[in-house]
Amino acid sequence: MLTLLFDGVAYGMLLFILAIGLAVTLGLMNFINLAHGAFAMAGGYTTVLLMQHAGLPFLVCVPLAFVFTALLGALLEVTLYRRMYNKPHLDQVLFSIGLTFMAVAGVDYVVGSTQQLVQLPDYLKGRTELWDGALGMGHYRLAIIVVCALLAIGLQLLLVRTRFGSQLRASVDNQRVAAGLGIDVNKVFLVTFAVGSGLAGLGGALGAEVLGLDPIFPLKFMIYFLIVVAVGGTSGLTGPLLAALLLGIADVAGKYYVPKLGAFIVYSLMIIILMWRPQGLFVRGGK
Amino acid sequence: MSADIVLSCEGLVKRFGGITATDHVSLQLARGARHALIGPNGAGKTTLINLLTGVLEPTAGRIHLLGEDISHMAPHQRVRRGLVRTFQINQLFEGLTPLQTLAMTVSQHLGQGAAWWHALGHDARIGQRCEALLAQFHLTEVMDQPTAHLAYGKRRLLEMAIALACEPSVLLLDEPVAGVPAGERDELLRTVAALPADVTVVLIEHDMDLVFSFANRMTVLVNGAVLTEGTPSEMAADPRVREVYLGHGDQHV
Amino acid sequence: MNSVSHRLRSSSQPRWWEFGVWALLLVLPYVMPSHALLISEITIIALFAMSLDLILGYSGIVSLGHAAFFGMGAYSAALFAKHIHPDPLWGLAVATMVSAVLGLVCSLGVLRGSDLTRLMVTLGVALILQELANKLDFMTGGADGLQGVVMGPVLGRFEFDLMGQTAAWYALLITLLVFLLLRRVVHAPFGYSLQAIRDNPLRARAIGIPVHARLMSVYTLAAALAGMAGGLQAQTTGFASLDVFGFDRSADVLLMLVIGGTGWLWGGIIGAVVFKSLHSVISAWTPQYWTFWLGLFLVLLMLVGRERLIRPWTWGRRA
Repeated sequence: MLTLLFDGVAYGMLLFILAIGLAVTLGLMNFINLAHGAFAMAGGYTTVLLMQHAGLPFLVCVPLAFVFTALLGALLEVTLYRRMYNKPHLDQVLFSIGLTFMAVAGVDYVVGSTQQLVQLPDYLKGRTELWDGALGMGHYRLAIIVVCALLAIGLQLLLVRTRFGSQLRASVDNQRVAAGLGIDVNKVFLVTFAVGSGLAGLGGALGAEVLGLDPIFPLKFMIYFLIVVAVGGTSGLTGPLLAALLLGIADVAGKYYVPKLGAFIVYSLMIIILMWRPQGLFVRGGK
Repeated sequence: MSADIVLSCEGLVKRFGGITATDHVSLQLARGARHALIGPNGAGKTTLINLLTGVLEPTAGRIHLLGEDISHMAPHQRVRRGLVRTFQINQLFEGLTPLQTLAMTVSQHLGQGAAWWHALGHDARIGQRCEALLAQFHLTEVMDQPTAHLAYGKRRLLEMAIALACEPSVLLLDEPVAGVPAGERDELLRTVAALPADVTVVLIEHDMDLVFSFANRMTVLVNGAVLTEGTPSEMAADPRVREVYLGHGDQHV
Repeated sequence: MNSVSHRLRSSSQPRWWEFGVWALLLVLPYVMPSHALLISEITIIALFAMSLDLILGYSGIVSLGHAAFFGMGAYSAALFAKHIHPDPLWGLAVATMVSAVLGLVCSLGVLRGSDLTRLMVTLGVALILQELANKLDFMTGGADGLQGVVMGPVLGRFEFDLMGQTAAWYALLITLLVFLLLRRVVHAPFGYSLQAIRDNPLRARAIGIPVHARLMSVYTLAAALAGMAGGLQAQTTGFASLDVFGFDRSADVLLMLVIGGTGWLWGGIIGAVVFKSLHSVISAWTPQYWTFWLGLFLVLLMLVGRERLIRPWTWGRRA
């Protein structure tokens, strides 16, 4: 049971890093970006391809995945996304679905549709058993938890302690007023989108071994990212973090205890939560 | 109390987190009253209207309409009982034309809002009522234009026309002439003045000339609480009111 | 009758070309018998798209899971025909009723919350149903689908022929009837109140419209009609498979409606025709990478502005 909890937490932390960019994009630009999963996929494939063809070690590829995906995000933000900010949500949904379709088909064409396998370095393989096997910690999952926790803390510090962070928070709160105060809202959008996409790519790179990597990755996992954002809310980091952990644990536990029902439990739980608290589980109600 | 009280609230409170937007407000409106609600910006006038109409849930206090406790009644049910409002910022149906908007409102008021077999306007009364409203509010020439394309003055007129299409017994007007060009302004004011005597009207306004010519009673709201209440002349003479609101020079719009 | 009344009434009168198009559609199975299956397919999707228009175009509810009801109808009709009675009209009635009930229940989930919440709830329901259909394989055939659905003759007289002509006419007539019904609904006060709710729910409440009740009614109706479309699908093709609940199906119908134009019933029909034609043409050319071109089309369409598609004279202008 403890092992399940551990695995669930690892999964949850990974989901958090993957989804946090989506949460911030929605909160900041009020943009529903269903193509977020494609950035995660880009990070995963970057890592795999660099390892396979350039022979670069895993630890180098992962940060490169972040950088590459962040740059990709920045490019797309400036050229495409920026024009869609003021459009109705339906248009944004269809636009991002379109991008996703293009990414999925494009990757399928270039790389092929087989699952990509990531060769982890030896020091990340292996497992430690505690308390007579009651808690089995895969080293890789442990590493994921640590890395993601550090990233989460780093993000929080960025948000709360830096000037950029306060500009970001101001822009999320009220765009027009922020612009009136002299904050370069365009720049805030660009950097935020780039970092958010980069984090997704990082998550994709880290998660390739745990979640699997193939061209339909964005479609498979998009619902999970959306759940994190819808349930966790878009104001702040703690909401999505808690939602991601909840989701990770529920999914792992559900698949273990009731494999017949599979993801059914997660979807039902999500619907019930959203019907009970439409604004998200962790948002304090205003009215 | 010999006056026929149609709308009243007792000890109405609304808190948002740490902020008290409405602070134990009590109000009594007699039938046919012409009541003005004034106060500086941020005094909580619109919040009070939102509470009375059900857009906001009160934290405490009660609201009574025609003897019935409506404190927790849904907004659309209050409208059915004759409590109607206009909005400070136009709230219109951008995709519909003025004719369609008014026809639908009148249908709803006649209890046909959910009719699904006969076309809008099947009932001749609807066409007649719309024609009258369109003429009264000078919207006849633009009746077929999508609301999104209307000029601001026309939009403001439509805003009020919609409210009147509901045949209110209590009408709450939130700054009805704000931003309206002079010609249409007088039209609006004439329409308000021409309302039947038994319709109770509450007016939120900043324009003191308008307030003094229109109202027979005034309530002054400051920081969410009632500062004082009385006839316009009493208010004009009250030094506290002057200080808070009238005392800083001309407050004309 | 004064002129205002007259104007109101005239906007609900059918246009001359509407009669023409329907007449054309109805003779198609006779004129192009070899394409009867395609005609059925397009008609069924058009019905599905019209049902989505009710909630998307007229009521403003963005749904990514409308296939939940389509699938419910498909499996209901298939199971009814297989285990209870092969009569198509009874089966269709059952499919419609079952989907209506599901719609009513689900409508509670789309009343409150943001667009994202609604997206999630609708998506979630479709995914759950897909999972259920997958897991309850003793009944549904699981991943293999429900095969061997043999239908009895329509109205006891018209046998389903191998060419698919009967199926095509069956689908066309049902869709026509639904179209006529929906035409009345959208031009009635009910239809206009939906548009009011779409445009400004706050004001809708402020004029006495019971927003939640209206949304629940229209969602139930839309679900019922989507279920009817699904039922037709199962009946005319003879089987039902998991993809009736698929995200692809929900996304495709959404796209079709956007192509044809939301908020006027013809959008569903036009969108279905255009989409299916594009699909046939492009798939013949690059069968594997249809999704890429579809994606590109979507991206470009959204960048340019979707109202522009059906207004070619705006293509040259800047936004």
